Amino acid sequence: LELSTHAAANFIRNELARAIRSRGGPHQANSLLGGVDEDGASLYHLDYLGSLEKVDFGAQGYCSYFSLALMDRHWKKNMTLEEGKELINLCIEQLKTRFIINNPRYRLIAVGKDGKI
Amino acid sequence: LKNYRFHNCFEAMARRYDSSTTTFSPEGRLHQVEYAIEAINNAGTCVGILAGNDGIVLAAERKTLSKLLAPPKNSEKTYKLDQNTSCVVAGLTADANILIKQARLSAQRYLYQYQEPMPVEQLVQRVCNYKQAYTQYGGLRPFGVAFLFAGWDIHHGFQLYQSDPSGNYGGWKATVIGANNQTGKSLLKTEYDENMTIDAALELAIKVLHKTMDSTTLTADKMELTTITRIKDKVMYEVLKAEKVVPILKNIENQKSSESDI
Repeated sequence: LELSTHAAANFIRNELARAIRSRGGPHQANSLLGGVDEDGASLYHLDYLGSLEKVDFGAQGYCSYFSLALMDRHWKKNMTLEEGKELINLCIEQLKTRFIINNPRYRLIAVGKDGKI
Repeated sequence: LKNYRFHNCFEAMARRYDSSTTTFSPEGRLHQVEYAIEAINNAGTCVGILAGNDGIVLAAERKTLSKLLAPPKNSEKTYKLDQNTSCVVAGLTADANILIKQARLSAQRYLYQYQEPMPVEQLVQRVCNYKQAYTQYGGLRPFGVAFLFAGWDIHHGFQLYQSDPSGNYGGWKATVIGANNQTGKSLLKTEYDENMTIDAALELAIKVLHKTMDSTTLTADKMELTTITRIKDKVMYEVLKAEKVVPILKNIENQKSSESDI
């Protein structure tokens, strides 16, 4: 049986939440979890303290200060994969222009119903 | 859990291998497990029938050992394990209570961790693995209980599973456990139909109980009937009250009397 995206996200959230009061402390990782299952595609935004939120679009790190506004403006329901890639490129262009740290190389990972595309 | 080491004298009598669950007999059998399975054949009969996509029917014989016993307020054989899964028990009730508590805990722990209901087969596996441990480690006797698990999940729909003291389990379309289960199963073989409705399955379950039970007359208080169905995306578990059982019994009576009119 495959784990649904919702179940996987909640499992990880549970582990993150367990860790915050543990000896080693919280797992120092924020993440974005995306998957495709029987209910369609879903994206989850997790933070290192165990917050979990299902989102239409998300960003972690300094990138978020620049990208979220753009995605808010341009995201729409039932976007195609190509439209999604365009939006991501838009965000990357803005980062290259405005963000102080020079980060020219990005890796794009697309997830479909059979896993990594 | 301590491990007891028996110093076996090598006169190979099967009896010598009876007392410890953790030893094979020379014929390659675990006698304690077999004896546990025997214990269930004296217990009240339980029937489980998968009624197509309609749902599942669980029926159990209520054995009244004494008239002085106070009638049970809830079910004494059928138990709800979580929102989607229930079970009916045959065997030692005290043993069953431990396993039911474990099953309920497992289901809730899964729900807490994954925020979705535990798939039925996984819950069955969890209980069975727990039972199996008592056939391999510790020197404690096995649980003298057999279960019929019935439930619904999004992966495989309605499912019916049977498990026994060895920790073995299997999926069934219809089955019987407890006293006279062979008679029950043979009746199911001839009368069961995969596309039965819940009502037809209820009648069939009662007919099976009639065959397996000692008494000739069937009354609502001698049995426990449960239906598991899905209404508007929610799994409904209902132990039928006497008022609902009596009309079904009447129906069966009428059918029987009209059959005998040639």
